[in-house]
This record gives sequence, C-alpha cells and structure tokens, in this order.
Amino acid sequence: MQRHKFIEWADQYLRGELEQIDIQAFEDFCASNPEYAQILEEHKTFLITFQQSENRNHFKAALAEEATHIESYGSQNHFGNKVISFWSKLQINTGIAAAVAFISVFTTLWLTGYFTDVKKATSDYSALRREMNSVKRNVTAQNKVIQNINKNEVPKKDISSHFGATGFLLTKDGYVVTNYHVVNGADSIQLQNQKGKAFRAEIIHTDAAKDLAILRIADSSFRTTKTVPYTFKKQLTDVGEDIYTIGFPRDEAVYGQGYLSSNTGYSGDTIAYQISIPVNPGNSGGPVLDTQGNVVGIISGKQKGIDGAAFAIKTKELIETLNRIPTESLKGNIVLNNKNSLNKLSRTEQIKKLQDFIYIVKVY
Amino acid sequence: MSKIKHILSAEVSDSEIINGIEKGDNRIINKMYKLFYPSIAHMITSNNGTDDEAKDIFQEAVMVLYDKITQQKFELNSKLSTFLYAVSRRLWLKQLSRKGHSTNTSDISDFEDILHVEDDIQQHQEIENKFDQMNEAMSQLGEPCQTLLKDFYIKNLSMQEITDKFGYTNSDNAKTQKYKCLQRLKKIFFTIKIAE
Repeated sequence: MQRHKFIEWADQYLRGELEQIDIQAFEDFCASNPEYAQILEEHKTFLITFQQSENRNHFKAALAEEATHIESYGSQNHFGNKVISFWSKLQINTGIAAAVAFISVFTTLWLTGYFTDVKKATSDYSALRREMNSVKRNVTAQNKVIQNINKNEVPKKDISSHFGATGFLLTKDGYVVTNYHVVNGADSIQLQNQKGKAFRAEIIHTDAAKDLAILRIADSSFRTTKTVPYTFKKQLTDVGEDIYTIGFPRDEAVYGQGYLSSNTGYSGDTIAYQISIPVNPGNSGGPVLDTQGNVVGIISGKQKGIDGAAFAIKTKELIETLNRIPTESLKGNIVLNNKNSLNKLSRTEQIKKLQDFIYIVKVY
Repeated sequence: MSKIKHILSAEVSDSEIINGIEKGDNRIINKMYKLFYPSIAHMITSNNGTDDEAKDIFQEAVMVLYDKITQQKFELNSKLSTFLYAVSRRLWLKQLSRKGHSTNTSDISDFEDILHVEDDIQQHQEIENKFDQMNEAMSQLGEPCQTLLKDFYIKNLSMQEITDKFGYTNSDNAKTQKYKCLQRLKKIFFTIKIAE
C-alpha cells in the first residue's frame, strides 16, 4: 500500500468517516502491519500538536483582542477612578474648610473694624460747597409736615438744591474757574461779585476727575474787567510755603491764611496739595495764592475729623484742563495773564485788589 | 431576592473558568479580565510598570494557566486569583531583573512566595517553544497549504468542500495536494525541532 493512500485512509478513520466494516478493516490492517501502525501513531501525535497549536493560537489571539477592550477599564481603574474617589471622599471636607476659611476671614475683618474703616475712608472727604438758605428751607419743610400731619401725605422731597461756592476769573473777558462738584447737576449758575452784582454764567468745560469746571460769564451786563492781577504758577510749590485764600463760606468774602503742608492730596492724590488753611463749605473753588500773588491752587475739599487738612487742586492740573478744552467750545482763546501786579504789594493791598476778581458762585 | 440572583449569576466560579478554558470558550476571557486583571495591573503599575506591560504580563499568566489546563490533568490547589497573581508577580520580577530594576522592587520581591509557580512557568515556556516551532513551520509552509490544512484538520471541512473552495478539478487532486502539504509541514517542523 502506498504511503499517501494509507494517510488518506487514516485521516478518514480519525475523522470517523468510515463505515463500521471499514473501521474493522483499518484496525486489522494496522495490527497486521506494525510499520503502518507506527506511521499512524506518528501521524496522530503530529495532528494533535497541530490542532493544539491552532487552538492555543486562537485563544491567545482572543486574549490579546480582549486586552484592547480592557484599555479604558484598566487605566481608568488605576488612575481616573482613584482621583475621582479621592475627590468624592474629600469633597465635603474641602467644602467645609472653604466655608470656615471664608467665615473666619470676614468675621476677623468685621471684628477688627476693617469694613467701618473702609466706609469712613470713602466718606471723610467733604467737598466744600455750601448749602444756602438751609435754615429757611428746613423750617418751611417742617411747617409743611405739620400742616399735612393729618392728611397722611408723604411729603415730596425737595429735589431742587441751592448751593454756594467760590470762583475766580481766569481772564479779563469772563472765564471763571470753580469746582466740578459745585456746578454738577446745575440748572443755572450765577456769579455774584463783591459789589453784589450778579451775572449769568454757562459751563464751558468740566473735568470730573480733576474736579474742575470752566465757566464763562454770558451776561450782557458784564463788562470786561481790568487785567487780572495774579499769575498762575505752573511749577510745584514747596511744602511750607506761606499761602492764603479768599472765599465765600458766607455771603461776605472771608480771608484765610496758612501754609502748604503736603505735595499730595486726599489719600495720596497727586493732583492736589494738602494745605493748612481753615476752610468751610463755600470755600470750594477759591484761589490759593502765595505771598507774591501767584495762584498755586484751587480749594476743593477737606478731610472730616482732621484739623487743618484741606485740599487744593494744583494749578498745573488747571492748565492741563484748559489745554484740553476743544477750541470749538471756546469763544476766543483763554490767554492767561503773565504779568503779576501783586508781588510788590502788602497782603492787605493784595486782598483789596483781588476781591474784584473773586465771585460767589450760586448754583440753582 | 432578584438582586441576589443577579449578583450570583455575575460571579463566575473558578471551575467554570477552567471548564471554559478547556473547551476553548472565549467568552470566559472577558470575565477573567474583570475578575483578575485589576489587582495584577495594580501590582505592576505600582512597581515601575506601565499599563501595557501589565496587560502583557497578565496575558502571559493566563497562558501559563491555559497550558497547565490543556496539557495535563489540572488540580486546583489554590484559588485562581491567587495562582494568577503569583504567576504574574514571578513573571514581572523576572522582567524587572532583566531590565536591571531590581533595586526598586523590594516591596514585591520581599514577599514570601505563596505558591511555587516556578515549575508551571518553566513548563509553560517549554510548551510555548514547541508551539512556536509549529507556528514557525506553518508560516514557512505558506499559502495555500496553510489554509488547506487548517480547513481540513481544524475546521473539519469535507474533501468535497475543499475541492470546491480551492478550485481543484476533482477530490483526488485535492487529496494529493493535502498529503503533499502535510508532508512538507512535517518536514519543516522536524527540521526546526532538530535545529533547536
């Protein structure tokens, strides 16, 4: 029998494709031919190895295949999940810690008076405009309340306010400077001179940041005055310089004298000086002059509760504001006087000459 | 009650897994990953290993188990999880010492061996070698012999089906072809074996 015929027969035998008689014949053939029995044995062993190898490869491939599905599961399990579970464990603690920190910070700040300090700091600056006729107004308001006491009417708030302050001439043709806070929200502005004569004025330019307002007398009865006797000093004035002011804390001009006490204003504000002159509501917008009669600043406000801490805006800032006025809003250039006619005069003479150029600013 | 049933059905016993491997049931693989992989991956990743290395080690450990189950009468004398963990640990230690990392592994190498898995690994490597030879022989054999032999001896296709699939004129031709292929495979296989 040929070898390959035998192998074919053996395959059929091993696969169980043979009939009962053939199986018997095959087994008999092998029993009687030991060399073929040997071949069958080798063939069987080889096939088993072959089959096992294939099954094993199959299993191995499936195992490797599964590993690619497990990827997200494995890595998340070891890193992501750890972080998440760590976080979920600490979430509450973190929340509580944050809340405690928050509460203790604000309690401490409150207990140490931090918030009251802040409030005080924002409110202890007072602008020096004067409320006029306040006594009369208060009495009227009181009477009104008494009259209406049985009518259950809520008294209407009197919103029209009436302020007074100071202003002074920049040029002889009627440009006047005062504070922005004086004219802010004004319906009409009147300037009244020493002799009691009042002129209507209009706002040319305001600078809220520097608290400056430039007005112009727009009244037919106004005649150009003599040249203003003072000049404007653009350079910084030294601390300790002797200075004075004239203003209208009441309806009469009031002279005040003192010295320049610091080169910065309220809480380090560099656009102002701190000056030590007794000033009161109504002094706002008044000129601050040195001994030679140079305007070094414009009074703007003072600090509440501190003696002798008043503030004046530096002349340099005034000049800057003037330069920034758009030309179309001007009627003729503002040409500042550069000839000082006060420097040789005594203080009382200076004041006499000055008075004609300083106005009460009345705002309605 | 239904909840308990659900939990019970989700749990796979060790003997079920062993049966699954014996029968070549690939569905069991997924369950093995779920049950055993996390602890092994943790052991490896916390000892200088990456996720990919953990997977490789796990796969090799499962193959050790596979060989143990398929090649001999398998006696289960520990839990499967313990066995796989011990094998993985040993394999990982070997790999680390090959890489020269031995200094940093004190925490796992100090541990007393729970099981003596050395013999199993040794046996696995021998089997791996043997089957590598078969795989090598198969790849040298080339097509169409490879597919023909697989179709006949593994997939149990009939001679007639093979004749149709490979386009032989009659089944006798196919039989001759199959015989030649098998002879060549045997020759290559034994040549490689002797060379080893």
